[in-house]
Amino acid sequence: MTDGTAGNGVAERPMRLSVKKTWKMYIGGAFVRSESGHTLTTGAEAGGAAATGAQSQEVICRGSRKDVRDAVKAALGAQPSWRGKSAYLRGQILYRLAEVMESRREELEERLLRGGAEAKAATREVDTAIDRVVTFAGWSDKYQSLLASSNPVVGPHFGFSVPEPVGVVGIVAPSRPSLLGLVGAVCPVVVSGNTAVVLVSEADPITALTLAECFATSDFPGGVVNLLTGLGAELIEPLVRHKGVRALDLWGVEDERARQLEAFAADSVKRVTRRIYEEIDWYDAAASGLGFIEPFLETKTVWHPMGV
Amino acid sequence: MSIKLATSQPPAPSRRELRFGAAWPYSPAKEGTGPVRLRERYEHFIGGERRAPEGGVYYATVSPATEEPLAEVARGDEADVERAVHAARQAFEPWSRLPGLERGKYLFRIARAIQERARELAIVESMDGGKPIKESRDFDVPQAAQTFFYYAGWADKLTHAFHGRPVRPLGVAGQIIPWNFPLLMAAWKLAPALACGNTVVLKPAETTPLTALLLSEIIEAAELPPGVVNVVTGFGDAGAALVRHPGVDKVAFTGSTAVGKQIQKALAGTRRRLTLELGGKGAHLVFQDAPLDQAVEGVIQGIFFNQGHVCCAGSRLLVEESIADALLVKLKARIQTLNVGDPLDKNTDIGAINSKEQLERIQALVAAGEAEGAERYSAPLPVKERGYFFPPTVFTRVAQSSRLAQEEIFGPVLSVLTFRTESEAVEKANNTFYGLSAGIWTNKSARVFDLAGKLEAGVVWGNTYNQFDPSSPFGGYKESGFGREGGRQGLASYLHVG
Amino acid sequence: MTTAAQEWSSPPVDRVMVEARAAALGCRSIKTDAKRVGLGLAISMMDLTTLEGADTQGKVLALCRKAIQPDVRRPSVGPVAAVCVYPSLVRVARAALAGSPVRVASVATAFPSGQSALEVKLEDTRRAVGDGAHEIDMVIDRGAFLSGELGRVADEIAQVKTVCGAAHLKVILETGELGSYDNIRRASDLAIAAGADFIKTSTGKIEPAATPASTLVMLEAIRDHFFRTGIRIGMKPAGGVRTSKQALHYLVLVKETLGDDWLTPELFRIGASTLLNDVLMQLAKLEGGAYEAAEYFTRD
Repeated sequence: MTDGTAGNGVAERPMRLSVKKTWKMYIGGAFVRSESGHTLTTGAEAGGAAATGAQSQEVICRGSRKDVRDAVKAALGAQPSWRGKSAYLRGQILYRLAEVMESRREELEERLLRGGAEAKAATREVDTAIDRVVTFAGWSDKYQSLLASSNPVVGPHFGFSVPEPVGVVGIVAPSRPSLLGLVGAVCPVVVSGNTAVVLVSEADPITALTLAECFATSDFPGGVVNLLTGLGAELIEPLVRHKGVRALDLWGVEDERARQLEAFAADSVKRVTRRIYEEIDWYDAAASGLGFIEPFLETKTVWHPMGV
Repeated sequence: MSIKLATSQPPAPSRRELRFGAAWPYSPAKEGTGPVRLRERYEHFIGGERRAPEGGVYYATVSPATEEPLAEVARGDEADVERAVHAARQAFEPWSRLPGLERGKYLFRIARAIQERARELAIVESMDGGKPIKESRDFDVPQAAQTFFYYAGWADKLTHAFHGRPVRPLGVAGQIIPWNFPLLMAAWKLAPALACGNTVVLKPAETTPLTALLLSEIIEAAELPPGVVNVVTGFGDAGAALVRHPGVDKVAFTGSTAVGKQIQKALAGTRRRLTLELGGKGAHLVFQDAPLDQAVEGVIQGIFFNQGHVCCAGSRLLVEESIADALLVKLKARIQTLNVGDPLDKNTDIGAINSKEQLERIQALVAAGEAEGAERYSAPLPVKERGYFFPPTVFTRVAQSSRLAQEEIFGPVLSVLTFRTESEAVEKANNTFYGLSAGIWTNKSARVFDLAGKLEAGVVWGNTYNQFDPSSPFGGYKESGFGREGGRQGLASYLHVG
Repeated sequence: MTTAAQEWSSPPVDRVMVEARAAALGCRSIKTDAKRVGLGLAISMMDLTTLEGADTQGKVLALCRKAIQPDVRRPSVGPVAAVCVYPSLVRVARAALAGSPVRVASVATAFPSGQSALEVKLEDTRRAVGDGAHEIDMVIDRGAFLSGELGRVADEIAQVKTVCGAAHLKVILETGELGSYDNIRRASDLAIAAGADFIKTSTGKIEPAATPASTLVMLEAIRDHFFRTGIRIGMKPAGGVRTSKQALHYLVLVKETLGDDWLTPELFRIGASTLLNDVLMQLAKLEGGAYEAAEYFTRD
């Protein structure tokens, strides 16, 4: 019936088709499809745990080399302004991310559940992820006072050393925990003024893209965090070889592959940090410590004369 | 053809005067008091509740710009302090055991709430204390929020702060704050104490209790456990009771050096911890090569910010003799553009003197200066029928030995002295029992670094003045007090560090 | 022989403090009467400008009519101070403005680059003056300035000044190309010493054009010159001033740096092409109470 009643005058709920979301990558502050036009279905090519049934299969972008290039370009473009912002402002922007995540926590939990997490574990992971962002928000104007030094040099000079961000950091995100690992890897990189190009977990890209919507609505300038989906086998190498990337944060890359990637990194003397995500206790405070920030900093030493 | 310039020397003094004011006067631009809903009467905030004073006595807090009473406020006594310390003691154990992250999240909430109620807080601060709305709006309130934000972030990082040395909170902190930056001083005191796991009894200054009371409402709304923060309003006797109370493990005081000494004596031998942020007689050192126009701005900011009610105010201007006249010409012209008047007008640069007592004190010191033979220059003061106002004033020919050069005036009064050499400048700058702040004005950064080492002051500013940041430690040398507020160092004032 | 760089020395400028001061003056709250008077002043100080390759007689005629009567619905508003055009259009402007108090200003000296032989620059000026320009807006040779040939820059200004005769000389420093406030201060001192009646920030062809801080540095140079000699030099920020709020900010800078004597078109001008309509809109809003829309004002 076109009038929405069942003929006998009794109103009947009209059938309603749900609107499906197209999952896009997050580059330069915008949600974009892959330049290649290629897609993946989660749980099919990606081979992750997401596909437990036909309904939970989702189509995501299969990022390409050129998407990596675009993301690095966006990250480079965002560099001067992001590192130039006051530490306090960067802290406030991170804290805003925590606020947005808190208000979208049901969606984040739902994503983790679909990814195969137990209810309690999902709640705990979201709780910890939000708190992790809060902790790193607090770090924004404090790591400097712990890592800087006044250098008691001999002679009429005042010497001091201060930490500075390295620049664009390429992150191969931890596969698990998909939300907490991503948050715990990205926040310590960007809090100091770096910008990041992130290859998100192949196993659970949808959680990462849900987090991308949090980034997009939490005062982060475009380009500070860029999230790419796709196949690591295709994307890691262009990321590692890109000359605009100054440091790498490689999670879960096994030794054999790392030998090749780290050799590529040597071509432009990138700073490489390589860690095994299974070995980290993501729920321990140590995972929110200074040690996570420090690898992505340079030290600048200044000598200045005293006296006229 | 070649043209000779005469600009290599600073301009010579001149009778050629600039005229300010009449051609295009600013219309009144009064900040609306719409967001403000003051209650008629405010009680203490003790154990999470509004508590009437044991003695039943209230007093009126008055707007120094209009002399109108704004609200009645509880006058605390020993019994109120007793209850507040008890409440803080009760709250200490669970609060200090809370994970640092959770304590921090409470402070983040407070920071956010200050930002949300910023306009209201700014207006009340200007009404109660007399400072210009542009300062309470652009400085006091944002800095207060930033201070909570900053120390919120330390709460879960205390093990990092002292390079792995074990830390534990002190217990109950009794905090007594002054009337010059009522809300901001409350933030400077509360935020680090709470982040470190202490509980607090806060005693605001008697003339400016309102924003601390509004802050207590924010704290209540942020659901801090009862007793973690207690506010007892009142006079010096309440403060003294707080200092003497044996249940207080730590006293933090900002105020005059005279009272600071009394407090230090009262605590002598008790092993109770103390930090003091006291008076100052800050000096600007302006050298011949200084960016002169900007130095003038810095000197103006340094002494007239907050009517000169600033402990680190640059109340002495030490200027190299060769440019003294040129500097004074500029300074006098600049002073004429300062708008003195209604604190709630957005164009006011200098508001009301905080209280009648303070106005009388300034007047007395200025009279003494005139009697000692110093030359006075004051900008014209608009006629006011009510309220406590004092015009921006500069004294020249001030001797190092005069009261103007030695005593803290805590008002919009600048004393100008000259020097011939750098070493003379340093000697004069250090020739005071205070040691809070100094400013160096020169185009030579090597001089800044050199003098920074030679000046006996807790804060040294190079080509700037009166800069503050929660991440930057602040505090004095000598009789300007001890202990630091702000930065990582500010945590040490509220922790046992093993 | 001393080098020019040694000969020309100006007081240093501190970037952080000068920018802070300039920004603080932007926070003055200009309401009601002060706003009405300020906007009226801004109109009376405006050099309505068209400096495009595509300028024609028609364009200049339209601009001149706008200059005399900016708002047809409010005949009491205006006129502006001057119309500023290229030398080739000075005659057109003079004819169109005949009988009105609006003056004709012409850019000259190989505007906007200043990169031409001195003889060409002088001839450029001579013709503009000969065609009836009341005011000459000359550009300095920034290349010469930045390479340290300060004496040459000063000589050029002095010679252009001679050619100007009775016409007022505004010297454009092109602050956006000078690289530092120290240089802006030095160029200001140099232009004033060499004979400028006005100093002007920008051609409008380079970003950044006028900024509050660069204007403040120039006002300080003017102030020091006044303290030293008693002579009042004029100031003209130009380029990038598009809104009433910006215009009022510049007026506040003048009011609180140089004082009442400079709050006159004789000593302060604002060079702009699109500012006028925004000021007209604000004035209409003050009068009528409702926010205005752009289509109620003529685009000329």
